[in-house]
Amino acid sequence: MKSAVVIFPGSNRERDVARALKDAAGSTPAMLWHGEQALPSGTDLVVLPGGFSYGDYLRCGAIAARAPIMDAVRAHAARGGLVLGICNGFQILCESQLLPGVLMRNAQLRFVCRRQHLRVERNDTAFTGRYLPGAVIDVCVAHGEGSYAADTDTIHRLESEGRVAFRYCDAAGELTPASNCNGSVNAIAGIYSQGGNVLGLMPHPENLIDDLVGGTDGRGLFESLAEARRAA
Amino acid sequence: MIANAPKITPELVAEHGLKPDEYERFLALIGREPTITELGIVSAMWNEHCSYKSSRLHLRNLPTKAPWVIQGPGENAGIIDIGDGDAIAFKMESHNHPSFIEPYQGATTGVGGILRDVFTMGARPIAALNALRFGSPDHPRTRHLVSGVVAGIGGYGNSFGVPTVGGAVGFHTRYDGNILVNAMAVGLVRSDRIFYATATGVGNPIVYLGSKTGRDGIHGATMASAEFDQNSEEKRPTVQVGDPFAEKLLLEACLELMDSGAVIAIQDMGAAGLTCSAVEMGAKGDLGVELDLDAVPCREEGMSAYEMMLSESQERMLMVLKPEKRDEAEAIFRKWGLDFAVVGRTTDTLRFVVKHGGEVVADLPIKELGDEAPLYDRPYISNTFEPVLTAAEVAAPMSNGAALLELIGSPDLGSKRWVWEQYDHLILGNTVQTPGGDAAIVRIEDGPKGITLTTDVTPRYCEADPVEGGRQAVAEAWRNITAVGGRPLAITDNLNFGNPEKPEIMGQFVGCLRGIGEACRALDFPVVSGNVSLYNETQGRSILPTPTIGGVGVLDDVAVHATVGFRRSGDVIALVGDTAGWLGQSCYLRDVCGREAGAPPPVDLAVERRNGDFVRGLIQAGRLATVHDCSDGGLAVALAEMALAGAVGATLDPLPEGLAAHAFLFGEDQARYVIAAAPETMEAIMAEAAHAQVPVRRLGVTGGDVLALPGEAPLALAELRERHESWLPTYMAGQGHLTAA
Repeated sequence: MKSAVVIFPGSNRERDVARALKDAAGSTPAMLWHGEQALPSGTDLVVLPGGFSYGDYLRCGAIAARAPIMDAVRAHAARGGLVLGICNGFQILCESQLLPGVLMRNAQLRFVCRRQHLRVERNDTAFTGRYLPGAVIDVCVAHGEGSYAADTDTIHRLESEGRVAFRYCDAAGELTPASNCNGSVNAIAGIYSQGGNVLGLMPHPENLIDDLVGGTDGRGLFESLAEARRAA
Repeated sequence: MIANAPKITPELVAEHGLKPDEYERFLALIGREPTITELGIVSAMWNEHCSYKSSRLHLRNLPTKAPWVIQGPGENAGIIDIGDGDAIAFKMESHNHPSFIEPYQGATTGVGGILRDVFTMGARPIAALNALRFGSPDHPRTRHLVSGVVAGIGGYGNSFGVPTVGGAVGFHTRYDGNILVNAMAVGLVRSDRIFYATATGVGNPIVYLGSKTGRDGIHGATMASAEFDQNSEEKRPTVQVGDPFAEKLLLEACLELMDSGAVIAIQDMGAAGLTCSAVEMGAKGDLGVELDLDAVPCREEGMSAYEMMLSESQERMLMVLKPEKRDEAEAIFRKWGLDFAVVGRTTDTLRFVVKHGGEVVADLPIKELGDEAPLYDRPYISNTFEPVLTAAEVAAPMSNGAALLELIGSPDLGSKRWVWEQYDHLILGNTVQTPGGDAAIVRIEDGPKGITLTTDVTPRYCEADPVEGGRQAVAEAWRNITAVGGRPLAITDNLNFGNPEKPEIMGQFVGCLRGIGEACRALDFPVVSGNVSLYNETQGRSILPTPTIGGVGVLDDVAVHATVGFRRSGDVIALVGDTAGWLGQSCYLRDVCGREAGAPPPVDLAVERRNGDFVRGLIQAGRLATVHDCSDGGLAVALAEMALAGAVGATLDPLPEGLAAHAFLFGEDQARYVIAAAPETMEAIMAEAAHAQVPVRRLGVTGGDVLALPGEAPLALAELRERHESWLPTYMAGQGHLTAA
């Protein structure tokens, strides 16, 4: 699999995701400066990493969504290419109109960094093939503005089209107020684009790839991507 | 001839924090009346914060050398060798005064400043810690200050992208008017790629990099060198504003520039901004410096030379570059969208010359600005020591079970989850031990090495006996590193005290330093960097003496380490070290009995070393994986923390005869560790301990969902957890009325 990680000024988890891609998907990504106009030819997967692009000034992801490279990312997505946006990357995807909705300030109005269980809503996508259906995985979150919101119609459409990728849950997979770490609508932690080729999520699977550092529940996402590419 | 307006009056001199004799000293040095810019420069260089004029004499006595020390005090950060060509740069620094006035910005710029100190040396920051001291929870400002400081630390570190992996939070009424915010940063650098602040070569360009200069923070260092009074609120404009986004860009641009081979010397603009950084680079290299302020990128129009020289605008660097690499260097900075301007050059005159608008506004001897700063041997008196308090003099006011519930949910010992969940402690993917352990563990890149980090001090011990308190602070840092299996290597010290012009405060300072020095020598744990913060007083009331120690150790194999939580049922629990039941200055005495009295527990450094080496040896041999340092709150609190961390209960054996139960359970005797292991392993450990003359006493066994103390109703872990976790969130939600001392 040929992958590329976009670096915006203020990105800060680009090394983390590059390590996960290398370690779990066997793909050493191209590190791509936001000022570039094009993706390296043959790119299968574009990753928008976590961080605080442009200092989160104006609105999270709003300035990055207008970076030169984003035209190439939109074109890649339109061709059915895989795009993964994590945390700030999810915010950028929403601001880029590649995904619907918006990430608001956490309900408790504080940054939250903690371990977090997620329910994998479906395992028939390029991002989740290695997980069992309904699997509960233990990853982490680290964000101040991750409360997913959208108008009722959009939420209805996302739900009816099976486009919710992950939900915040407890260890048993139950959706409880305490397990919804930021007050997201329907405990939504990640969503797919209509074609299923673009995934945005707030949690950080890239930080859970190693038993020594908290566990390996995040590896599945990267292994799934590698497998999907091999199958393609 | 230098034009001189306004006229320098005694009032103006006093406003700059210079004492009349200090001003006379300056006049004698330059042989004429200074310009206002020169007065500003000397006030910045000679204030307590920059010159260490009250502390220098005593700091000289600290041990700073060891075979693994690459850089001791005097640079932006200390550096130690951890093997394989890897080195760790680290330092702790206070931002107390600004954080009290404007908690969010004060804390952010504290974090920003210390991160810059580390990456200025070429090290990429890999971890941050902080030690915070707030006033009584009942004080009307405390909640606001906790909220602002924690948000500020998180706001900066999270955005910059460094994991905040550990620290300490404490409350005491003596910090009501003067909180402490001590921030520590730790960076990784190849030992042959370290950068220093020493300029070399005549005629080399001096380059200004980073954010623009504004009017913020002018005289911040002078503020940090004075006591607070009722009018301190008026000093808000001297607090700088942090921009972690700019700092992240500055980090990446600086590291890229260093890789390009263009950098001769680099110094960040911290306290007293352009003044301090330019003078230091020149003076260290035995060179003069000429600055042309017309080239300085400014945020506002019409800034005077005085303002530019004293601005403490953040996220700025000064570098001496190789002339032939200038264009390449500029391209790197432009790519990151940062300012780049040649603002001067090195000279062979040993003068610090500043030009503005075509005129010379300052012309001073560069080395004397640092070397001739006042040095005071301030008078001090040794403190009157509190008498030793025996266990018999402390009656137990409640059952031991009730006392444990009280302590585990007290402001100082309650869980700090509310704080550290606001810090991204997982970014970079190397945090092996997250907050809540004895010491943080951070893997070095892909391993197998790791480092272990802690911050420690027990201010109430330092107040009762500064020498013993100084020893204890170092010993506890050493012990916490040992308790995870690390080999302690070096410390940074952040010395927070009151007004040194008062002999009793100076006595605390001198005493603590003596204790720190003794412990560092005995434990081979040298001081490689540090910071002194004096004048921590408000309206004449001083803080508790608080010499915060930041310790760093190494793990050769990061996978081999110990953690706090009980792992399984059926393990035997044991206590390493002797227990005399020392209740003087204990948390039990303060929070359960309502008294702060007695001498603090003595630290026997030889015993400390013997017990610690024994425990570390077992961990490193892979034979022991459950260890907890026994400190605040004593044995009972340590056991409760182990049970909660592992979600496995414990039942204790009958307590020893001849010692009151509450003294055994809550005494704060030093050099102790609680350990747990399978019965057959523990049997072997105890046999070896007897052979090595290390006292090890069996305490009980793990298992169940209660903590059962002998003769007490068992305490459900759920209740302990509820108590432990609820105090801080409840308090911060505005519902807390618990009183700390």
